[in-house]
Amino acid sequence: MTKREMTCIICPMGCSLTVEMEGEEITSISGNTCKRGAAYAEAEVSHPQRTVTSTMRCDNGEVLAVKTDRPIPKSKVMECMGLINAHTAKLPVAVGEVLIRDVFGSNIIATENKTVQ
Amino acid sequence: MTDLVIIGGGPAGMSAAVAAYESGIRDILILERDSQLGGILQQCIHNGFGLHRFGEELTGPEYAWKYEKQVRDLGIPVKLNTMVLSVTPERTITATNEEEGIFTIEAKAIVLAMGCRERPRGALNIAGTRPAGIYSAGTAQKLVNRKGYMPGKSVVILGSGDIGLIMARRMTLEGAKVKAVCELMPYSGGLARNIEQCLNDFDIPLKLSHTVVEIHGRKRLEGVTIAKVDENRRPIRETREYIPCDTLLLSVGLIPENELSLQAGVEMDSVTGGALVDQDRQTSAEGIFSCGNVLHVHDLVDFVSEEAAIAGKCAADFIREGSGERCGAAAQADIPAETFLETSLETGIPITTDGKVRYTVPQRITKRKDFTLYFRVADRYRNVKINVVSDGKVIHSVRRPKAVPGEMENIRLKGDLLEGVTGLRVELEELA
Ligand SMILES: Cc1cc2nc3c(=O)[nH]c(=O)nc-3n(C[C@H](O)[C@H](O)[C@H](O)COP(=O)(O)OP(=O)(O)OC[C@H]3O[C@@H](n4cnc5c(N)ncnc54)[C@H](O)[C@@H]3O)c2cc1C
Ligand code: SF4
Repeated sequence: MTKREMTCIICPMGCSLTVEMEGEEITSISGNTCKRGAAYAEAEVSHPQRTVTSTMRCDNGEVLAVKTDRPIPKSKVMECMGLINAHTAKLPVAVGEVLIRDVFGSNIIATENKTVQ
Repeated sequence: MTDLVIIGGGPAGMSAAVAAYESGIRDILILERDSQLGGILQQCIHNGFGLHRFGEELTGPEYAWKYEKQVRDLGIPVKLNTMVLSVTPERTITATNEEEGIFTIEAKAIVLAMGCRERPRGALNIAGTRPAGIYSAGTAQKLVNRKGYMPGKSVVILGSGDIGLIMARRMTLEGAKVKAVCELMPYSGGLARNIEQCLNDFDIPLKLSHTVVEIHGRKRLEGVTIAKVDENRRPIRETREYIPCDTLLLSVGLIPENELSLQAGVEMDSVTGGALVDQDRQTSAEGIFSCGNVLHVHDLVDFVSEEAAIAGKCAADFIREGSGERCGAAAQADIPAETFLETSLETGIPITTDGKVRYTVPQRITKRKDFTLYFRVADRYRNVKINVVSDGKVIHSVRRPKAVPGEMENIRLKGDLLEGVTGLRVELEELA
């Protein structure tokens, strides 16, 4: 049996989670205050995921705040950054607008409004 | 004469404006020195905002937009690029912008929502040279996230508060190498989730009980010397270690931006660095309210919005009751849940702390109504009871599995509890 300690990153409570495993199988999860913590622990041991937030260059030279609209595999975070930085956003852009589709199972969307000044 | 003027268009100012509008006040004006609403949230592009308030994880700009949209939809007037220069106790505001020059506004009530700023570097005494490449973490955040400018390639961060941790990840994502985060204290002041997702995810070492003792480089920073500190936070010579780097970020805390509050003659709390307020967030200057980071530094914007809504609503009540007449009005009005207390309105019931509880907001109670007491503790504790004590008797208590300085706590208190109370003391009891 193996034991893994981790911090739940789903909310600011930051509960300390303990996952007990028998090979690939999870036998128990403890320390979580709510069920989102259990779901996080499950994902974290098999396929850790992260939401990426960053900025994208705009066609007028300014920068625009963006994010992946859902978490992507943690191992793909730097590759995702590369894609965002290789792209230019065409203004105007509104909150929620999709800027790049299908990036490791997510879309890159704008998190702020920006108009051409 | 304007009914309500709100100084600062960050999350606090916007939430106060919306709450005042919802309480029936229409003549509202928000003054903001920046070219956009949103305050500090505009540069906080990471997610983690709004879980309490909206039940979803938003980035700073998305959270700000939710409020900005309400402000716009309600048609609340906003003057951007407008800097407030002074506020008098009589509620005359002097402000300036390009179109109008210098102008004054008289207000029936004012909400102060100017936020906070970072401790200046001068407040830190680090030996060595003063080369380029040293930034406060918030300034670096603004450069990277708003201007698209990377301040450097190899980075050391001093201070492990949330802003420092967030910037460690941000600089790493943009291709910099963050060599270490040094923290003077034996624990981090940041959220556990940020240590996990901002440092551990990228194998960035967190050096607890460490500080930067020397800065090297003539024109541009070339490196720093760090050292472990003893129990008295004095650097231990033998542990000195040189780390080459071109950038040093200082994440060493925030201070409320209270120059205007002081001018307005508002009584201050030396612990929070903000105003002394009652449960309505009214300061010692009648009709002047304070909320958000200018009142006390918050770690969660959700609580900023919550607190600002109280200030906005109560400012609306104050305007309706008519300034100066509130004692009389309250005496006649039939307000069962919200009666004024017998004690002097000036001082109200004072709330004191035992030192383990570092401060509370509000610091005094002037009306008998249900309220939430926000507080911070001075050290890290496990398994504690927070006791609210009146005249040596515990009138309310709550248990907490842990309490840490970095996380603001709160307790709901019923107005009924205040019957016959002349002073409250909030104490922390350590359970075995
Ligand atoms: C760098 C940083 C990172 C953070 N990260 C998180 C996080 O991950 N999650 C979270 O929940 N919270 C976070 N917070 C906390 C949260 O963002 C703040 O608590 C919140 O933004 C404070 O709101 P505010 O309206 O009080 O102040 P601010 O957002 O600072 O707004 C104050 C406004 O007042 C204006 N102003 C000031 N003086 C004047 C004047 N004289 N005239 C006119 N206008 C004036 C300013 O321009 C500004 O727009 C973070 C805070 C900082 C500083
Ligand atoms: S387990 Fe639930 S309460 Fe605890 S940090 Fe995770 S999401 Fe938050």
